[in-house]
Amino acid sequence: MVRGFAILLLLQFAGEVLGRSLRLPVPGNVIGMGLLLAALVGGLVRLEWVQEAADLLLSHFALFFVPAGVGVMVYYDVIRQEWLPIVVATVLSTFAVMAVTGWTEGYLARRGGGDGR
Amino acid sequence: MAADLLQSPLFGVGLTLGSYFLAQKLYLRSGFPLFNPVAVAIVAIIVFLGTTGIPYRDYAAGGDYILFLLGPAVVALGVPLYVRRREILARKIPILAGIFAGALTSILTASGLAWLLGASDKVVLSLAPKSVTAPIAIGIVEKIGGIPPLTAALVVITGCLGAICGPEFCRLVGIRDPASMGLAVGTAAHGIGTARMLEVDRLGGAIAGLAIGLNGMLTAVLVPLLFVLFR
Repeated sequence: MVRGFAILLLLQFAGEVLGRSLRLPVPGNVIGMGLLLAALVGGLVRLEWVQEAADLLLSHFALFFVPAGVGVMVYYDVIRQEWLPIVVATVLSTFAVMAVTGWTEGYLARRGGGDGR
Repeated sequence: MAADLLQSPLFGVGLTLGSYFLAQKLYLRSGFPLFNPVAVAIVAIIVFLGTTGIPYRDYAAGGDYILFLLGPAVVALGVPLYVRRREILARKIPILAGIFAGALTSILTASGLAWLLGASDKVVLSLAPKSVTAPIAIGIVEKIGGIPPLTAALVVITGCLGAICGPEFCRLVGIRDPASMGLAVGTAAHGIGTARMLEVDRLGGAIAGLAIGLNGMLTAVLVPLLFVLFR
């Protein structure tokens, strides 16, 4: 478990360093996700080393977003000024994105004879 | 003495864990998707801070500890991606095409609808990356001249919306395959949507995690391009 956390944090750190030095528009933790995948595929990291820590974090994934969400209260006034276009655009657009993404992926997966059902 | 304790991390960490625990109980007992634990915990804490008058800063002293764990948790998404890599690679073209279509739809509908409804230019710009994970979205909006704090709030609201009713909406419009659903929810509602997908289906959760990264990169390229074209 400790080894797993150490590996995850080390890869996040490596991701931050890589992202900053290459000026990538992607946050360090997302780069770290890619690095972990690469390290697992390349055999540098074994699945057993990280599985326990990863399972623990992923089973509580939603919890880690709560503090960021509470931060919305600070910007309440900004939203209130133009709330109608903001709410309508956000809600309709979110549904549109889900429909278009899911339909596109599902259609191509079925047509390509992949394992789309 | 009490004010002292409120400023210690103990308060923010305790309030977050306690609210989330109760919100999860409510969600499991009721089985009602609208009671999404993240959304309920966020609203409960905001109401609590608002009524007691405890400043956000005091809460954040502890909240930041919880937020810190989001970093390694995002890295950990590499594990389900690795475990399910064969299934994901088998449909890489549909996945990439889906994310591309979703990224384009997100930018055009979010900004387009706000513009049609008469929102100010700054709000129209701030909405463009609303489906992308917060650090990327804020970077994009800083570049094109929107309001970064507004974008941060929109990103969270979008995420909660996707988490509350993403899988239900997908089933309603005929998206039942867990991989397609994961891609849809991850592309539309980034990490918060991914958190919900991880509960619904592990493969769907892994693909949603992949969508956070890919949609983020794609949107970072597309938004500046599209807004140059429309200017």
